[in-house]
Amino acid sequence: MRLPSVVALALLAAAPPLGAAVNVVATTEDLADLARQVGGDRVKVEAIARGYQDPHFVEAKPSFILKLAKADLLVAVGRELEVGWLPPLVQQSRNAKIQPGADGYLDASLTVKILEIPTGQITRAMGDVHPLGNPHYWLDPGNGRHIAKAIADRLARMAPADAVYFASRYADFDRRLAEAEKRWDALMAPYKGLKVVTYHRSWPNFVGRFGLDVIGYVEPRPGIPPSPRHTLDLIAEMKRQAVKILIVEPYFDLKTPNSIARETGARVLVLPPSVGGEKDITDFIALFDHDVDLLVRTIRETGAR
Amino acid sequence: MRHCLRSLTGLLLAVATMAVLPPRPGLAAQAAPGATPSADEEVALLRRELDALRREYGSRMAAIEEKLAAIEAARAAAPTAASAPAEPAPPAPAVAQAVPPATASKVFNPDIAAIGNFVGAAGESPGGGEPSLNMQEAELSFQAVVDPYARADFFVTLSPDEVALEEGYITFPTLPGGFLTKVGKMRDAFGKVNGQHPHTLPFLDRPLVSKNLTGGEDGLADAGISVARLIPNPWLFLEATGQVYQGNSEVFQAPTRGDLAYVGHLRAYHDIGESTNVDLGGSIAYGHNGMTEDTTTRLLGVDATLRWKPLRRSIYTHFLARGEVTWSRRGQPDAVDAVGGYGFLEYQFGRRWTAGVRYDNSERADAPGLRDTGGSFILTYRPSEFSLVRAQYRRTSFADTDSPANELLFQLLFAIGAHGAHPF
Repeated sequence: MRLPSVVALALLAAAPPLGAAVNVVATTEDLADLARQVGGDRVKVEAIARGYQDPHFVEAKPSFILKLAKADLLVAVGRELEVGWLPPLVQQSRNAKIQPGADGYLDASLTVKILEIPTGQITRAMGDVHPLGNPHYWLDPGNGRHIAKAIADRLARMAPADAVYFASRYADFDRRLAEAEKRWDALMAPYKGLKVVTYHRSWPNFVGRFGLDVIGYVEPRPGIPPSPRHTLDLIAEMKRQAVKILIVEPYFDLKTPNSIARETGARVLVLPPSVGGEKDITDFIALFDHDVDLLVRTIRETGAR
Repeated sequence: MRHCLRSLTGLLLAVATMAVLPPRPGLAAQAAPGATPSADEEVALLRRELDALRREYGSRMAAIEEKLAAIEAARAAAPTAASAPAEPAPPAPAVAQAVPPATASKVFNPDIAAIGNFVGAAGESPGGGEPSLNMQEAELSFQAVVDPYARADFFVTLSPDEVALEEGYITFPTLPGGFLTKVGKMRDAFGKVNGQHPHTLPFLDRPLVSKNLTGGEDGLADAGISVARLIPNPWLFLEATGQVYQGNSEVFQAPTRGDLAYVGHLRAYHDIGESTNVDLGGSIAYGHNGMTEDTTTRLLGVDATLRWKPLRRSIYTHFLARGEVTWSRRGQPDAVDAVGGYGFLEYQFGRRWTAGVRYDNSERADAPGLRDTGGSFILTYRPSEFSLVRAQYRRTSFADTDSPANELLFQLLFAIGAHGAHPF
């Protein structure tokens, strides 16, 4: 009997005092919102990358070190999306709680299904290929559920007194998400198999979920800017397959996409891949509301189907 | 797993049986026909049998491992093939996407990278300058986490004349009190440019002030201990660094064991909105210079950086303005005062293109009154994150020559291996 009570005491000592909010830092606004959804007013959440910024190329600003220094929990996208900037920030945070391997470090990718894990030999001749799979997995709304669950579980472990609160917040989010998913699935259902082109390989989870078919990319290889030769090939292919939709992330230049659109009659659609990508995208569900609405409206206008 | 268990049990049984039972006469006769087997021969025989068993066991284990690896690979590949499940499948356990057993022995290898730095030069330079075509250096880096308390970084440079440990240190990031501690050989935390490796510099050469006052290419780099702490305050990022070194660098030479070199650095950083930030630093360094038993060199430096990078267009454009001034007082044994600095502007005007301009002005640490000045235009093209081509036009007026040096420099930088952090 003595040992369990010692453990309980240790847990109590480790947990923040009652009423103190858990400080959460998320690397992206998507993860930050999921943490807010399940954490409610028992957490204080900050994001590092903005939703309209390329998450591969965030600068390791010292001001982020200050945020991380006082964090109890760091939620990262993982799969080497943040490889260029997160490790030095975490190291300089001097915060033992959020070092990889510690309880306060949560790699959200470990709870979801990851697409495009390369098999066989990979080299940088393939561009900025992610050896651990495609890191844009939050773009399947179903994965948002798994991420939210993982965050809720971790929060419950860190603040056991609020475990019930986090569980009920998660249940509520789960219900709202399920309702929204029905809406999105119904809106997208008529367009299964619709052929689209995207700028970067950011959308495999999104198109997989809604049954779109990506026939090409504006980038010749991931992370490599468009080349004239590849652009011409892409134009020919888009004409051949009558592709009318060209999806571009908000942080890419529109010059090449616009000229492709002029040649092919396709419509350039700037689709934010993250919460905060537009002013009205204030949370995870609003992100898909925005993107699905915009996509469906554009498909109807272009008569792509 | 069952196969595995069965063969393991088999092996254990066999060993146990051999240990307990007397040797079988038939086997002994085979080994030594017509002779009574001696104890030694029996031992040898048993050893052979055991070896045979071990080989068989090994090959069976290998077969099982192969099968396991194939299953793992298939499982990892499966989600790629599956398209648009109506209900998302339950999350795959993390283990399914872990490293297959075949490479398990390598997962603890450090991150390894190699960076080649090829430099070409043309034009007249009285000082000799860079060679016409030169593989200036290859840098090898090895970086990994040591244990839950520390990580280690090694940077080895191979240049035409030497192999050197550019840096090699252990970092303790989470010591109590917030002291970020490094121990090993390091580039001193003196100003901005001194801490940078050649491949992270925004120009091809080091500024004149580095060459004249702070040790040139090798710079201030020494073996020692560094401790850095954040100074909490509500307004800005403030970090104080204190370092103690052996006193064995281009500038500092300790005549005796007790004559350590000391470096102090204070860095202040503040965001002015999400696109713009300022970065200010002050540095001091003090140590014996080895001219005589008790001559010392004192260095004082200030640096200021203004950065602008709009987040929505962060991969296409940025602007950076930076200046550094260094004062040197070198006892030889009479004190020689010298001051130098540079100013640098850089603008990125395309995803792959960056242009820069630098002004140099520096006195010499050991020669009173001699002042060198120079200016450079720099153009950089980056085909990808892992390579760059750079051209630099440099005009330098040396204090001790009549005509200025006009030079055109070229650089090809290329990196392979682990993806390191982006410099900031």
